[in-house]
Amino acid sequence: MTVAQVLAVLVFATMFIMIVLDKIERHYVTMACGVLTIGLVFGAAMRSMEAIKETLNVSSIFTKDFWIVSGTAEESSSGINWATIIFIAGMMVMVEGMANAGFFRWLCMRLAKLVNYKPVPLFITFMIMAAVLSMFIDSITVILFLAAVTVELAKLLKIDPVPMILAEIFCANLGGSATMCGDPPNIIIGTGLGYSFEDFLTNTGVIAGICLVIIIVYFYIVYKKDLVQKEGEKVDVASLPNPKEAITNMKDFVISCIIFACAVVMLITHAKTGLTVAFIGIFIAIITLLTSGKKSIAILKKVDYKTIFFFIGLFMVVGGLEQTGILEVIAAFIGKISGGNLKLMVAIIIWLSATASAFVDNIPFAATMLPVIKSLAATAGVDLETLAWALSMGTDIGGSATPIGASANVVGTSVAAKNGYHITWGKYCKSAAPATIIVVTISMLFIFFRYC
Amino acid sequence: MDKQVIIAINREFGSDGHIIARMIAEQLGMEIYDRALLDKLSENMNVDADYLEKYDEKPKGLFSKRVMGESSSFEENLALMQFDYLKQRAAEGESFVVVGRCAGSVLKDYPGLIRIFISADMKDKVARTMAKHNISEDRAILKINRHDAKRKSYHNTYSDYKWGDSRHYDICINNSKLGIEKTASILVEFIKGMIDNF
Repeated sequence: MTVAQVLAVLVFATMFIMIVLDKIERHYVTMACGVLTIGLVFGAAMRSMEAIKETLNVSSIFTKDFWIVSGTAEESSSGINWATIIFIAGMMVMVEGMANAGFFRWLCMRLAKLVNYKPVPLFITFMIMAAVLSMFIDSITVILFLAAVTVELAKLLKIDPVPMILAEIFCANLGGSATMCGDPPNIIIGTGLGYSFEDFLTNTGVIAGICLVIIIVYFYIVYKKDLVQKEGEKVDVASLPNPKEAITNMKDFVISCIIFACAVVMLITHAKTGLTVAFIGIFIAIITLLTSGKKSIAILKKVDYKTIFFFIGLFMVVGGLEQTGILEVIAAFIGKISGGNLKLMVAIIIWLSATASAFVDNIPFAATMLPVIKSLAATAGVDLETLAWALSMGTDIGGSATPIGASANVVGTSVAAKNGYHITWGKYCKSAAPATIIVVTISMLFIFFRYC
Repeated sequence: MDKQVIIAINREFGSDGHIIARMIAEQLGMEIYDRALLDKLSENMNVDADYLEKYDEKPKGLFSKRVMGESSSFEENLALMQFDYLKQRAAEGESFVVVGRCAGSVLKDYPGLIRIFISADMKDKVARTMAKHNISEDRAILKINRHDAKRKSYHNTYSDYKWGDSRHYDICINNSKLGIEKTASILVEFIKGMIDNF
C-alpha cells in the first residue's frame, strides 16, 4: 500500500468510528476528515492538484449536463456529488414549507377520519401512507409527523401506539427504497450512475411494492392483539380532532400542495424531460421561497444545514478512497471471493449492506460502496444495474432492523419516548429484525430471478 | 425574593446532598426540583414516575443515536425533557433549587445561577448507604462507586464542565466536617451573601 492509501484509509476509518461513537456532531466529523483528506492525502502524500479538483468537483455544477441532460447520461461519481446535495437541500426547503402550512398533520388526520378511526384500518392506512410519502419526502419528516399524530390518536382511541409507530417506521424505510429520491443512498446511487426516477420505480419500486404487501400482513399478524380496543373504551368519534384544524393557513396549504404535486410530476418525468434532480431540487426550493413571502427567511433558517455539510465532508473522504485506488482493491476482493458468480456477488452486496446499515449510517456506506460496485462490474464483466439494486435494497432496508439503523427509527423512538412510550432495543428488534430479514431475503430472491 | 436565584446542586451518592438541598429550599422558601420533577413529567407522559426513575440521571447508553435533535435513547429523552422543563421555569422568572440534572450548564445564561457541589468522606457515605439500603459495607462501596460513575457520565455528557471540578462551582463543601444541618446553614448564608452581590 502507498502512503496515500494508508492515510486515506486512516482518515476514513477515523470518520466512521467517530460517526458511530456519536460524541461529536457528524457534520463536524465529516468536514474535518474531508479537510484532512484534501490536506494529507491529496496534498502531502499525492501532491496532486488534479485529485483535489476532481474531488471538490465544483466545475461539474457549471456544465449544462448538470442541470439538463439529453437521454441518459452517466454523471460523475467522483468526489463531491453536488447533484445529491442540491436536490436534498431543495427538498428540505419544500418540506419545511409544507410542514409550516400544516400539510402533514392534515393528511394524517384526514386519513384517520376516512377510516372512521378504527384501529386496524388506521394501522394499515398509516403503514401505506408512511411508505407512499417516503417515496418522495425524507422519511425523517414523514415519521416526525406520523408518529406524533399516531400517539395523539392512540391516546384518544385508548390503544398502544408503539406497534403502529414500529410498523410506520419500517414502511417509511421500505417506501424510501422504491424511488430515487426516497432515501439518501438511492439519490447517491441514482445521481452517481445516471439512473432515473423511473429506473428505480420499475426495479427497486417493484420489490418494495411486493414487500409492502407482505410486511403489512406480517405486522398485522404480529400486532393484531395490541390493536383491539378494550370493552367499554369506545370513543366518541365526534370528539376527535377535525383535520381542517391542522391547516395553519389555507393559501399556504394550497400552494404547498401544488408545489408538492409539481415535484412529484417533475421527478416521475425527469428521464423524459431531461431535467436532472439538481435542477428539480433548486427549482422547487426557489418556487417555495418565492411563494412563501416573508416566511421564506424562517424556512431557510429551518433547513438542516448540518446534513448538507455532512454530505460535503463525506464525499470528500470517500473521494480520498477513490483517488488512491482503495475502492478498486475492495472491488477486486469481492470479485475474487465470489469467483465471478453474479448471484454470489448480489448476495454478498445485499447482506453486507443490510448488516452494516443496521448498525452504522447507511449514507457513508452507500457512498463508499458505489465506486466499489462500479469497479466490480467493470472488472468482473457483470451487470452494474443488478449490483446497484442489490446495494440500494441492502442499504435502505438493513437500517430498519435496529433502533439506530436509520434516521426514521431514531425519530420514531424519540417521539414515542417523549410521550412516555419506551421502545427498548428488545421491543424494537423483536418485530423489526425478522421483518428486515424477510424483506432482504425477498429482495435477494427477486434480483436472482429477474436479473441473474 | 426580588432577584431570580437558581441554585444548582451536584452531590456525591451517599453525601445526603438532596437532604441539604431540601433544607436550603425550605429555608429560602423556594421550590425544589429533584426526583419530584419526574412526578410532574409523568403526569404529561401518562407513565409511572417510578418507571422514569430507572432512567433518570443515567448516561444515554452506548447503542443510541441522535438525529436532528431527536434521540433513540430513553435516558437522553428524559434528560432533555427535564432540561426543557427547567428552562421553562427559569424563563418564567421562577427561583428554585435543582438537584443534579445538569442545571449548572443548562441554566448557565441566568445571572442568578449559583453552583454548589456537596461531598462527604467515604466512611460517612458508606455508613449512610448501609443504613438506608440495609446492605453490607462492600455492597455499599460498590453502590456508591456505581452511582457516582453514572452521575459523572450523565453530567459530563450534557454539561460544559466536568462533574466535581471545583473551578466550575461557586462553592464545594464536604459535609462530614460539619454535619448535615450546619452545612445547610452555611450554604444558606453563602447563598444570601451571593444574592446581595448580584
